[in-house]
Amino acid sequence: MKLHEYQAKDLLEATGVRVLKGAVASDPAGIEAAIATLSPGGPWVVKAQVHAGGRGKAGGVKLAKTREDLREKARAILGMTLVSNQTGPQGVKVRKILLVEACDIAHEIYVSILMDRKEGRPLVVASAEGGMEIEELAATHPEKILKEHLDPLAGMQPHQARDLAYRLAPGEAPDSPVPAALAELLMGLSRAFFKYDASLVEVNPLIITPSKDVIALDAKVALEDNALFRHPELEALRDVAEENPKEVKAAEAGLNYIALDGNIGCLVNGAGLAMATMDLIKLHGGAPNNFLDVGGGANKDTMLAAFKLLLGDPQVKGILVNIFGGIVRCDLVAQGVIDAAKEVSLAVPMVVRLEGTNAEQGRALLATSGLPITPAAGFNEATLKIVEAVRGK
Amino acid sequence: MSIIVNRDTKVLCQGVGKAGSFHLKGCKDYGTKMVAGVQPKKGGTTVEGVPVFHTVRQAVRATGADASMIFVPAPGAADAVLEAADAGIKTVVCITEGVPVLDMSRTKALLKSRYPGVRLIGPNCPGIITPGECKIGIMPGYIHKKGRVGILSKSGTLTYEAVHQTTAAGLGQTTCVGIGGDPILGSTYLDLLPLFEADPETEAIVLIGEIGGDAEKQAAEYWKAHMKKPMVAFVAGRTAPKGKRMGHAGAIVGGADDTADAKLKMLASYGIHAVDNPSLIGAEVAKVLGK
Repeated sequence: MKLHEYQAKDLLEATGVRVLKGAVASDPAGIEAAIATLSPGGPWVVKAQVHAGGRGKAGGVKLAKTREDLREKARAILGMTLVSNQTGPQGVKVRKILLVEACDIAHEIYVSILMDRKEGRPLVVASAEGGMEIEELAATHPEKILKEHLDPLAGMQPHQARDLAYRLAPGEAPDSPVPAALAELLMGLSRAFFKYDASLVEVNPLIITPSKDVIALDAKVALEDNALFRHPELEALRDVAEENPKEVKAAEAGLNYIALDGNIGCLVNGAGLAMATMDLIKLHGGAPNNFLDVGGGANKDTMLAAFKLLLGDPQVKGILVNIFGGIVRCDLVAQGVIDAAKEVSLAVPMVVRLEGTNAEQGRALLATSGLPITPAAGFNEATLKIVEAVRGK
Repeated sequence: MSIIVNRDTKVLCQGVGKAGSFHLKGCKDYGTKMVAGVQPKKGGTTVEGVPVFHTVRQAVRATGADASMIFVPAPGAADAVLEAADAGIKTVVCITEGVPVLDMSRTKALLKSRYPGVRLIGPNCPGIITPGECKIGIMPGYIHKKGRVGILSKSGTLTYEAVHQTTAAGLGQTTCVGIGGDPILGSTYLDLLPLFEADPETEAIVLIGEIGGDAEKQAAEYWKAHMKKPMVAFVAGRTAPKGKRMGHAGAIVGGADDTADAKLKMLASYGIHAVDNPSLIGAEVAKVLGK
């Protein structure tokens, strides 16, 4: 689950990370209220609160020097459609903005904590050259990226934080408060990573001011969905307005669904087979509309919900059902298909491939149902048939 | 021959609720030696004709079980793995889906330091099967056939697809292992490939990968350096958009190297028979084995 910057800052502050919180606004009255809470002397920064990155280059972050300027820029960014390299060409609407005091910067640092799959341990990735895109830096100057693994049982140790701090802020005088403050901030990020079951904690930039303050100027936190059961209070931070409406609807019905931009609706059991089905459609020149895994416990209700979702989507010009029954019985799937097709009229071609447990009974049910369903014997044949059926539509 | 499990493997089932008891029966019916169930408060009862114990230690003491199949719900799954390891179980198969990544990170660290002899398969996997001898997991047993191909896969239903195709091609399987679709897994391709290479009956290996991570690259490097048996591979997720989790927690495209296309090209560059059409896995193995 992705969080907004202002939410991430709240969570980080609670684990001892120094942040500049500012004030959030989601309407014009909110802008006035937010301005009233800020220090009277500028400058300030207006920051779009969207889940996509690349906000700065897309015009979603602006500096304001006077109060009038601040008000004007806040009003301009709130409600704008932000198109960045991470949003796709359609962009995302800015529904919330963060107003915050601007800061003088002497030095910018990058730091993140994420799970290293290969090692099976959390990893700190950091660089003394913050501010820019880390992927770019990793590609051009890999030697400038510092990496430090954390023990999942012990968390970050103070000596690891100190070592990172001295490497990230070299050249500080022996009596400078910066290394200790930076180490403490890193410890706070580690505490946040473990406390919230985060999949990512990222600060870019983490800044050192001319007066030697160390502050997390930006913050990005993503929470691991599988661990949210341990943090019911964090569920309230979910912003469904930032998610794809079709996916939100599917999640409510208990379906594992991801919207894509093609025209062949896919209904499959199992995540791997669902991906492979999309791949085969593409290999044969078609375009999948979605990833949909109905899972091992597919029953009539989930099938009905799945069909309603696909048939209610004007982009869908044909449907491919690909079921390899292991735990799932194909006769029950077939009955689900028949019931659903009767309830929501089947106006597009549908190809059904059933294999595995009770496949023959399932095929017989479909054959005698009187519905315009094309049966297919194999995985390959099924995708060829649906691609052919929707061609030119 | 086979790897990890065979007709002598004695299996207990941790978590004998609805799913656990259903699959305990499925494994027993297949011919697996199911010797015990484990669930606190259910000790002293029986499930599907198998005695149930409160704890794994009790079950091991009474039955001599040496493998475990875990259906304990996600919040307690990591603890169940450690309970099995602590009781002396050597092969732990965790079917449970949705285990928090940090739990797995910690469990893996503990297994490595305190129980180095324990082999964990999963979590979030269909399990392991040696056709005709032992099935530990949720796969439909009847599609398997004793034979010549070893199968390693991150996916459940896509594994069934490869099994079905190799059975239809008359090749059959030695052992099939679903390693699971999570970011952190008990056993990786690297842990299992040496076993297939050493198994005299395994003549070819099918590897089914997914987008996300670099496990396939590690497997390819290992294969090139240490293995002689031919390998056929497929990687699911060519159509997956960047940054979206495709059902499996581990299936997220991050950088350019972990897309399905990049992985397929990489596998082929190592001399592995990479297929881009998942319906041709069986045919490719048959071709490679000259059948």
